[in-house]
Amino acid sequence: MSATEERTGYIGAPVKRREDASLLTGRGTYVDNMAPAGTVAMVVVRSPYAHARVKSIDMGAAKQAEGVVAVFSAAELRDDWKAPLPCAWPVTEEMKSPDHYPLTDVACYQGDGVAVVLAESRAHARDAAELIEVDYEPLDAVAGVERALEDGAPLVHPDLGTNECYVWRLDTDATGQAIDDADVVVTRTYYQPRLIPNAIEPRAVLAVPGTTGDMTLYSTTQVPHILRVLAAAGLGLHETKLRVVAPDVGGGFGSKLDVYAEELLALALARRLERPVKWTEERSENYVATIHGRDLVTEYTLAATKDGTITHCRARVKAAMGAYLQLVTPGIPLLGAWIYAGPYAIPNYSVEFTGVFTNTTPTDAYRGAGRPEATYVIERTMDALANELGMDKLELRRKNFIKEFPATIGSGLTIDSGDYLASLDKLLQVFDLDAFRAEQAKRRDNGGTLLGVGFSTYNEMCGLAPSRILGAIRYAAGGWDTATIRCLPTGSIQVITGTSPHGQSHETAWAQIVADQLGCDIDAVEVLHGDTSISSIGMDTYGSRSLPVGGVALYHAAAKVIDKARQIVAHQLEVSADDLEFADGTFTVKGSPDKTATFASVAFGAWAAHDLPDGMEPGLEATAVYDPPNFSWPGGAHAAVVEVDPETGDTRLVRYVAVDDVGTVVNPMIVDGQVHGGITQGISAALYEEGAYDEDGNLLTANLLTYLVPSAAELPSFELERTESPSPTNPLGVKGVGETGTIAAAPAVINAVLDALSHLGVKDVQMPATPERVWRAIEEAKS
Amino acid sequence: MRHVGLTVNGMRHELELEPRELLVQVLRDRLRLTGTNVGCDTSSCGACTVLVDGESAKSCTLLGVQVDGSEITTIEGLATNGALHPVQQAFHDRHALQCGFCTPGMVLAAVSLIEHGEATSEAAIRVGLEGNLCRCTGYHNIVAAVQDAAAAMGRAS
Repeated sequence: MSATEERTGYIGAPVKRREDASLLTGRGTYVDNMAPAGTVAMVVVRSPYAHARVKSIDMGAAKQAEGVVAVFSAAELRDDWKAPLPCAWPVTEEMKSPDHYPLTDVACYQGDGVAVVLAESRAHARDAAELIEVDYEPLDAVAGVERALEDGAPLVHPDLGTNECYVWRLDTDATGQAIDDADVVVTRTYYQPRLIPNAIEPRAVLAVPGTTGDMTLYSTTQVPHILRVLAAAGLGLHETKLRVVAPDVGGGFGSKLDVYAEELLALALARRLERPVKWTEERSENYVATIHGRDLVTEYTLAATKDGTITHCRARVKAAMGAYLQLVTPGIPLLGAWIYAGPYAIPNYSVEFTGVFTNTTPTDAYRGAGRPEATYVIERTMDALANELGMDKLELRRKNFIKEFPATIGSGLTIDSGDYLASLDKLLQVFDLDAFRAEQAKRRDNGGTLLGVGFSTYNEMCGLAPSRILGAIRYAAGGWDTATIRCLPTGSIQVITGTSPHGQSHETAWAQIVADQLGCDIDAVEVLHGDTSISSIGMDTYGSRSLPVGGVALYHAAAKVIDKARQIVAHQLEVSADDLEFADGTFTVKGSPDKTATFASVAFGAWAAHDLPDGMEPGLEATAVYDPPNFSWPGGAHAAVVEVDPETGDTRLVRYVAVDDVGTVVNPMIVDGQVHGGITQGISAALYEEGAYDEDGNLLTANLLTYLVPSAAELPSFELERTESPSPTNPLGVKGVGETGTIAAAPAVINAVLDALSHLGVKDVQMPATPERVWRAIEEAKS
Repeated sequence: MRHVGLTVNGMRHELELEPRELLVQVLRDRLRLTGTNVGCDTSSCGACTVLVDGESAKSCTLLGVQVDGSEITTIEGLATNGALHPVQQAFHDRHALQCGFCTPGMVLAAVSLIEHGEATSEAAIRVGLEGNLCRCTGYHNIVAAVQDAAAAMGRAS
């Protein structure tokens, strides 16, 4: 990266991670590794039915079983809950939100908890759970979104009288021209399957009661701060009586961005028993008890003039909520609602989302959350429109790219910066399309496996988010974040962040930012996070927000600290603060290079407080809360190459080239890692992963044997490049990067499959493009 | 209860085990060696991979009583005298871990692959690690790290 080579200092350098030392040697602090003396193991008894009433429950034998401490049904714990499990995003005033408590006596999805067992060990608890006899009355269930909206479909919540949760619309009518009057109108309908996040660490919870009515909750959570607010409310605790700790957390991808039944159960039961209570999810349990992503049907339309100028986009989305609304379930489709025009200048904009209850595990945030769903239908339909127009697919994209920034888009938001043409140009420098087409033609002539290339030019909005906008779209909290920088007497720096990493390397990257600004050795900077007793407020980590919000808060806190230090130095050297320059950790008087003060000496002086300006507080510490003025707008261009065996439908990804523009890069090694992982989850959605239910709401892909999480053997190495359009909305110029790969990759791969088969007349294949689906598509095109 | 004697990371342990206890439970719960993680219940993810008499094995697929008399190496026993094993070092240098949960198993699977002389190409490494799932890295940097480590250990070809 030429842009990074020019810089000095830590920002832009591939600084190796300080997180690795413990993780590489087996000293991670994952929740399941904790076992305080006296801990009771908790096991949840779950409904095997997608919809059933508990007629009776016999817990007698379980209570008598060896090692059992207590057993509770839903009814017995009802008074422990001061509020239902929270949904923080009522997207419309009329939205229907059925109450959901940690245990239920009417199960609404397979896996809904009906009882809980506590025992001296997990083995005892599991044995006892087997002895609980639940007499269920099965009720009619519905699993698919389209079926759920049909007249006469079983109702997930009969008291609501409908499976429709909400309808949300955003329309602009910029030109007054009707979409159907356009020269060319292309409408396609896409099903995007349910995805099961599968963080490799299953969830785990440990609730430890204190001595004064206080509780500590250790949880595999992305959101310790949000969890504290809502768990305290759910249990009727003062927030000050609840400490939440997110220790090392083994991946999240959105699935640990929630307030879960087991977190509240462990707290309530630890309070009742006055003993620590621990629950560790099993993987197969994770498949039903942890949120899923996606599961939506989208009808998407693009309209254009004959010369390929796109005039309209329209999306009609039916999105599965699952059986209940978890923390941000109804808002997930909306996170894509403003980008259904992608990186293209499309004046007329119309989207409509219908949230639909089904008897399935609730959906919620999964990597990309709303934006992969948008990008998939846009990029698929761009190819279809190009075919309809008889136009080159990339030429159609180039013609319609937004080219000037800042750009106010059809949905009403403003994109701060970008250069979509530059990303595509760079992609085509790396990817020799002419050579590929020649090889593709040769393969077609020779028979045997076919080659195809697919493109995805994308943008996305992340960095959640400006608080006023969140308020305007009815999200319950703000989108700011906070940072404290505390200079210790020796010049060491303590950084306290409101973000909560679970693989994103904040300890390393945050130290880079602060060490550069204060001009100190990176090893002098420690980064503290993920514990509400250390970092009492924060908005945590999701939506590619940590760097463009929490990282920018660091910048502002450091600036405050430097400003105070400058006042101290000015006082001590008897010069004007304006005459001081600060660089590389040293203040110098302009024009008098011999008059200097190191930042470390100022930190000591501020601590000793012997010689501070009149009225100045001792110490050198500052907190900044940063509320971003805009979302973060990454973009880029990706190309996928697949090899398809037309005899079997077997499809393999053989090459992947990604050019991403994520603004200024703090640590290229970490950014590349985020892109690798993100791309992989998008590829995997395109080729391998599908959470499938039968008509009765039984999860058919209920473990790692039946749901294909790819291994190294299914994937190639990736080729990454960057372009760099710094964000003008923050002083670091940074944008989010955690989700870009997932947002861009799936349509590139499916477009590649269709490109490979285009000469056979294949026009569509549903994700995931399994050998069977691809083979059937080929056979259907033949007939 | 059955008496089992085993050596873990060079230390001898005499244990009374229930026949149903899995090796991973013995390591984590009895010996408090929590570096070996549990990521699934179908022997699919490989997070619990350890070395049993030098061979990589998913410790959820073995009963404690099956490894009576064995020598076991877990992630805690891989570094020597404070120096990272070449595979650990390569994982650090190549950013081959993010959340770190799959890492102990991935590292030990890689050690076994390299020591068996099977880490001779990118394709061989990819196939050799197919029993270990990672959800963060997309494997790109893991494969690169294993190639580096194999070279450092003189086993790249």
